[in-house]
Amino acid sequence: MSAKLVLSLNGATLREFPLARERTTIGRRPENDIQVDNLAVSGKHALIITILNDSFLEDLGSTNGTYVNGKLVKKHALQHGDVITVGKHELRYVNEQASAQDSDFEKTMIIRPGLVSRVAPPVVRHGGAAAALAERPSVAHYPPEIAAQASPAPVPPQPHTDVHLPMAKVQVLNGAAAGKQLELKKALTTLGKAGVQVAVITRRAHGYFITQVEGPNPVVNGQPIGAQAHPLVENDVIDLAGVKMEFSFLS
Amino acid sequence: MSLRNKLQMAGISDVGLRRGHNEDRIATDPRLGLAVLADGMGGYRAGEVASAMAVSVIVEELRKGLRHNPPQRLDEDSGYTLGSLLVREAIGRANESIYQAAQEQPQCQGMGTTLVSLLFYDNQVSVAHVGDSRLYRLRRGEIEQLTADHSLMQELIDRGFYTPEEARRNVQKNLVTRAVGVDPTVNADLQEEPVLPGDLYLLCSDGLSDLVDDEGIRTTLTRYGNHLPEAAERLVQQANANGGTDNISVILVRALRPFPARRHGGWYSRMLDWFT
Repeated sequence: MSAKLVLSLNGATLREFPLARERTTIGRRPENDIQVDNLAVSGKHALIITILNDSFLEDLGSTNGTYVNGKLVKKHALQHGDVITVGKHELRYVNEQASAQDSDFEKTMIIRPGLVSRVAPPVVRHGGAAAALAERPSVAHYPPEIAAQASPAPVPPQPHTDVHLPMAKVQVLNGAAAGKQLELKKALTTLGKAGVQVAVITRRAHGYFITQVEGPNPVVNGQPIGAQAHPLVENDVIDLAGVKMEFSFLS
Repeated sequence: MSLRNKLQMAGISDVGLRRGHNEDRIATDPRLGLAVLADGMGGYRAGEVASAMAVSVIVEELRKGLRHNPPQRLDEDSGYTLGSLLVREAIGRANESIYQAAQEQPQCQGMGTTLVSLLFYDNQVSVAHVGDSRLYRLRRGEIEQLTADHSLMQELIDRGFYTPEEARRNVQKNLVTRAVGVDPTVNADLQEEPVLPGDLYLLCSDGLSDLVDDEGIRTTLTRYGNHLPEAAERLVQQANANGGTDNISVILVRALRPFPARRHGGWYSRMLDWFT
């Protein structure tokens, strides 16, 4: 059974919402995934982030607050049976497989999507992350002790943190070469003048980092970097061997 | 080119104080410039099988692959060196082997392993990892974690849901979101880093990083780093002194001197002087 929220008002169930996406929004406005059309609910009231088997609730600065089991919360790791209250409406969280609730084990465990069917459901191809998601095979990989509880269910959202790191470039700002730019296509790009000052920009899962290799430490936004790799953000200005260049992402 | 005289390596895998058996596996090959560490998971000792398979397949594949492919050569399409691509391929092979074994043997169902591996060549290192086994680097007295865990905790931090502090309080640290051998394919993170003489690299399983913080690691590496076997021993002792709740594995690699690939102009012959 996949995770879901059961919306109710005064004890009467109104509707069920599967938590099938990484982000599920709750609020009064129609653009929310879970629209609760009541004035006690803010336009953008709360957000639920779902990663594999687990869901996490965050209040988005709502006027009347978000409550879980009667307690006001800002952020909350949802556990099976939790009741979320927004205004007068209640959302019961149903997920018997939430990993986060097994609080007693110390062993490292692989979080697996909750499914066992060997027959992949027909999928419609979407772009980007959705396609990657759809292509995942539907085979269970539960540790034996959990496998017994597993039952068929749709694939919950997969993490895809590093899949879409955008390409980036550096552009020279001064001197004869001003305006020249270089796309950072390589995992490791070397910049500078041999024997004077050399640095590299490396691409990691979480972004681009500059590291000193030879000569004095490169200067980023007026500050020399240390021995650690320095993360680069949009419009950072790197000063290397007297040449200033700007880092930016290609959109 | 053998890297035996350019790199120094030492490693220990310790069962810890609370586990009956060791599901971690390590391997080093200083000649090839290769270090691999795996932390297996799965019931009925299947974790041991997974980590052992991962390490042996990766070492074997790279021994074969490096015979005919210069690791420093750049693949223009991917932006990675052949070295990095060989590592990725080897991890893919390991994944297939483990996945297939898990399908065929009921007692191995659900087994998998985290992994971190280093391949050194041409004054740089290809780093690959899956799961929460980590790579740290000590350079000029500063410690830096070069890998980002594939764990529920890290995923929540990446999405801005929790600060690292909040995540430590609210999320279990031992839930990994990626592992080798649990799906027909695996997505390993791949990165290339420049290596400087004097650098000290530490590969470790979460049995160390859960129990010894960055500062504790830095202090020990700084104090005992001149003798790698002792430094490795001290790290394991620290983790055991803090509870030894899991298997503890560490590999240390010291870059002693430059190791450029033999070609004109040294390792930054591909350096870009485009702005001069």
